[in-house]
Order: sequence, then C-alpha cells, then structure tokens
Amino acid sequence: MTRDDAFAQFLLRMGDNTLILGHRVSEWCGHAPVLEEDIALANTALDLIGQTQMWLGLAGEVQGQGKSADDLAFLRDAWDFRNVLLCEVPNGDFGRTLMRQFLFDAWHSIQLGRLMKSSDERVAAIAEKASKEVAYHLERSADTVVGLGDGTEESHRRMQEALDYLWPYVGEMFQSDEADAEMVKAGIAPDPASLREEYDALISRILSDATLTIPDSSFAHKGGRTGAMHTEHLGHLLTQMQWLQRAYPGAKW
Amino acid sequence: MSQVTTQPSTDQIWEWLDAVPDPEIPVISVVDLGIVRGVEWQGETLVVSVTPTYSGCPATSIISLDIETALRSKGIEDLKIETRISPAWTTDWLSEKGRAKLEEYGIAPPQPAGGPEKCPRCGSKNLTKVSQFGSTPCKAHWRCQDCLEPFDYFKCI
Repeated sequence: MTRDDAFAQFLLRMGDNTLILGHRVSEWCGHAPVLEEDIALANTALDLIGQTQMWLGLAGEVQGQGKSADDLAFLRDAWDFRNVLLCEVPNGDFGRTLMRQFLFDAWHSIQLGRLMKSSDERVAAIAEKASKEVAYHLERSADTVVGLGDGTEESHRRMQEALDYLWPYVGEMFQSDEADAEMVKAGIAPDPASLREEYDALISRILSDATLTIPDSSFAHKGGRTGAMHTEHLGHLLTQMQWLQRAYPGAKW
Repeated sequence: MSQVTTQPSTDQIWEWLDAVPDPEIPVISVVDLGIVRGVEWQGETLVVSVTPTYSGCPATSIISLDIETALRSKGIEDLKIETRISPAWTTDWLSEKGRAKLEEYGIAPPQPAGGPEKCPRCGSKNLTKVSQFGSTPCKAHWRCQDCLEPFDYFKCI
C-alpha cells in the first residue's frame, strides 16, 4: 500500500463516518419527539454533512482521479464505504439515536483533537474547523444521555438497552491496520488504538453520571472501516441517499 | 501606472463589503460577521477570502454569490472568491457594531460565559435555555423568564 493509498483510505474513513451518521441523524427531521430536539438533530446532521464535504473533497484530491465529494458520496456502492458500523446501525428510538451520537461524538472529539496536530496542514485545518462543532455535539449528547439515563424508570431502561445494543459496535473505532500504520509513520493521523484510554475515561464518567452500566464484554463487530463486511443496513440507507443521482445521473439542484 | 489608479483601494472594497448583508441575519453585514478574512489585489485580480461560520452552513454559497454580485455592480470584473477554513471562524471576530445590531434586532450576542447576558427585549437576566440549537447553525434557543419572550442567542464558538 502506497502512502497516497493509505491517505485516501484514511480520508474516506473520516468522511464516510460523518456522511453516513449525518444521513442517519437527518432521518429524524420532522419526526423527533419535540420541535427543539428536531432542530437540534437537523443541525447536528448539517454539521456532519458539512464536514463530509471537506473530508471527501480532500479524499478525491488525494486519489487524483478527478472525483468530487459528491461523486464519492453518491456514486459508490456499499462495499466501497469505509465508515465504522456504529454509524450505519438504524436509529431505533430517540434514546438509542442519542446514545449512538454520544458514543461517536466522544471518539470524534478526541480524534479531531489529535488531528489538529497533523503533519498535513489540510487535515489539521479541517480538524480545527470540525472540532469546534463536535465539542458542541458532545456537550449536547452527553447532557441528553445523562438526562435520560438518570431520568424516569422508562427512560433509564431504554438508555441501558441502547447502550447494551450499541456497545459491541464501539471497539471497531479503535482497530488499526496497515493504512493506519502508514498514517502514523507519516505523522498524519494517530494510531486508533492510542485513543482508547482517553475515550474510556470520558465515557465512564458520563455513563456513571447517567447511572448506566457499561457491558462487561470486549466483543467488537468489525468490517466497516476496512470495507470487508458492512451490515445489511448500509445498502438500504444508500438506496435512499443515492436514489436521485442514480435515477437521474448528474441532476443538479 | 494607469492600471493601478483605476483599481479601487482595498479600504474602499471593505467599505463596499460592509454594505453586503448576511442573508440569514440581514441587520449585520458579512464584514460585521467576521467571515471576510482578506481583500487583496493580485495584479489585475481582486481576491476576497471568505471563511464559513459552520462547515455545513447552507448560507455559505449564497454569501459568496452576494459578495460577487455586490462587487460586480461596483465595476469589478476580475474577481476571485476563495474559501479559507483555517484559522477557523470564531464569534470573537464579530464586530462591536455587529454585536450591537444583533441585540437591537432581538438576537442576544455571544458571551464567553456560554449563555446570553440579558434578554434582548426587556434586559432581564432571569433566563433559561430552551435548546442548544436554534433556527440557524449559529444560534441557540433561549427564553426570558420575566417577559416570557423566546429569543435567539448567537452561540459562542
């Protein structure tokens, strides 16, 4: 694997995470339990899609095949996506959506903090921009997880169920492969495994405030960030997200 | 030399840009908002650098279009608008004039403490947060406990 291949792979991973999660979160638009939450979810989705533009834009540039961020978002099939599985699992109820957001935001904020020191100034600039937005996402998702976890009997039960369901998807964010090793060597991005300690400290504190119990299992579903095996849910998501560009190639707003 | 004298000064350009309203908060200009980061003549070409407030802000492309329209109407033909994402936009770049205009319009200006200082309508400090997000990416939703009026707060980032 050449350094540029590894770099493109890394950028697709960043951009596909934000694209797929952004799309998932946008599915709540018009369906959230109250108007304020609807607006908050739509705003979060908007930030994530904005960040996708930057990551996939740079991915296209590094690939050097003349592909734009839009080409990469709308014209690839499931096996070419590099997002972690956590981002593509269905929303479930509001509690599960916010738990997924929290588990992702916590990783995202730590990752962007490290990327701000990237040896590639384009990566550092995107990380600097995105980290401000993500700090805000984390503040909100953590507050909501605490509010619902330490809430009523019903909300507590649902949040614990959400955590139990999503926990096996957490481990994938910290797995490393050849492309990651190449990025570490080039000083572009940190080793994913090196984020785990800080992540565990952060989520333990919040989940303890939320009176929730982290499952005692280190089993991790994987295959998203390598593209080896996505869940069946990604294909369904893409049929909706990509439908217009597939049916009417090149259609413009 | 004759070419140089036909070029409006950058001070003049800044003044023109200060008359271009933000499309979502039209009481303040794009200069007040702090998103115009540079105005520079590169030979015959005027280069204007613009930074987005939020990376997904849908107003960004409209803002570039408005800037282009305004400058073309002043006779500037050779124009390039560049997007600059670093250093990242911060609400510290809002002008004093912009902050005052926001408040007058009913939007509480950003505060380092993380919440509005007072109700933009009645001045009360008895406030409550309704939602961390609001009608645009740059705002949050608050309410005054005294006059009961809901209002937008410009998030501090």
